Amino acid sequence: MEATLGLLVKAIFVENLALSFFLGMCTFLAVSKKIQTALGLGAAVVVVQAITLPTNNLIYQYLLKDGALTWLGLPEVDLSFLGLISYIGVIAAMVQILEMVLDRFFPALHSALGIFLPLITVNCAILGGSLFMVERDYNFAESVTYGIGSGLGWALAITALAGVREKLKYSDVPEGLQGLGITFITVGLMSMGFMAFSGIQL
Amino acid sequence: MSGESKQVILDPLVDNNPITLQILGICSALAVTTTVSAALVMCIALTSVTALSNASISMIRHHIPSNIRIIVQMTIIASLVIVVDQILKAYAYEASKTLSVFVGLIITNCIVMGRAEAFAMMNPVSISFMDGVGNGLGYSVVLLVVAVIRELFGSGSLLGVTILPLVNNGGWYEPNGLLLLPPSAFFIIGLMIWAIRAWKPTQVEKPEFKINKVENL
Repeated sequence: MEATLGLLVKAIFVENLALSFFLGMCTFLAVSKKIQTALGLGAAVVVVQAITLPTNNLIYQYLLKDGALTWLGLPEVDLSFLGLISYIGVIAAMVQILEMVLDRFFPALHSALGIFLPLITVNCAILGGSLFMVERDYNFAESVTYGIGSGLGWALAITALAGVREKLKYSDVPEGLQGLGITFITVGLMSMGFMAFSGIQL
Repeated sequence: MSGESKQVILDPLVDNNPITLQILGICSALAVTTTVSAALVMCIALTSVTALSNASISMIRHHIPSNIRIIVQMTIIASLVIVVDQILKAYAYEASKTLSVFVGLIITNCIVMGRAEAFAMMNPVSISFMDGVGNGLGYSVVLLVVAVIRELFGSGSLLGVTILPLVNNGGWYEPNGLLLLPPSAFFIIGLMIWAIRAWKPTQVEKPEFKINKVENL
């Protein structure tokens, strides 16, 4: 239990996907003008991350890893080079399925998240999460925790940035730095703030 | 080289740079810029993937049904990235270790997808290839500038060769540790955008709220 909690805290604060690994930056900068939309996108990322990471974990452990096909009687097969294409396939398929399920059973949620779901397929944070999971060789339980944690961390970061930007638009920014420039510098300052979390262990 | 293809290559360098103007592909751009050599490998990888994916998608653009085009594009890009990844692992193992997951993340790099969707779906093969090269170079310019600043002032060397001798090696240069940490990449790109927009004022975004200038106080 303690290890799980530690991993969760690490994924949310210390190794925040957006602010210390720069993942999902494109959407992070483009969809952070309003808190409302940022929250919606954040929620969608948490859900997708929590589903795709464990799925990719199962695929990696039982199909792709070196010697993973032993249960089929093929102990020498190493399919790990197929990793990238399988993970992105899983992510694209999951997003599509999630969109259809939401549309059928939770129309209100679907109309709230609708426009963000397709964006998530090309969000580096999702694929990055899967690749980190493989690189660090997480087991199934750890991958569930890491999926939820990293999703929450990303959602936290984008919501905070949206909050800052909502206030920022009333300030007198030098010409040329307006818009994208000042946003980058804001994110840099936030990232410095998040560095204060490094070293926290439970 | 004809005028059109020259323009397609040169345009993304400053005037229509994918990173500083279109906000594409920043995700991986920031993380691999602590050393120039890692950035260089990343630039070559990304430029070749963008150019080849643009060319192959443009080749089959009349045969892709439009409602599954994203999946088709994704598969092509993912296959190209796998090839790049395997080549790096075979011939440049050290570099592929430092880049770790970021080679794989070229798949979701918005530049590749963005150019495939916006340019290659509508244009013939050779010009699409040029467009891919051009945008790859635009990305590379930003990446290399950031990497040079970070490596030179953060660890006093370029491509691993010492330029500014460090204090703890008996030299005179006190390295700026901040430049090796994530936040510095954001600051450098922010300032770069400022510099480019000061030079090309047409790129400045309109402010959402105009603050009245108070005169004759």
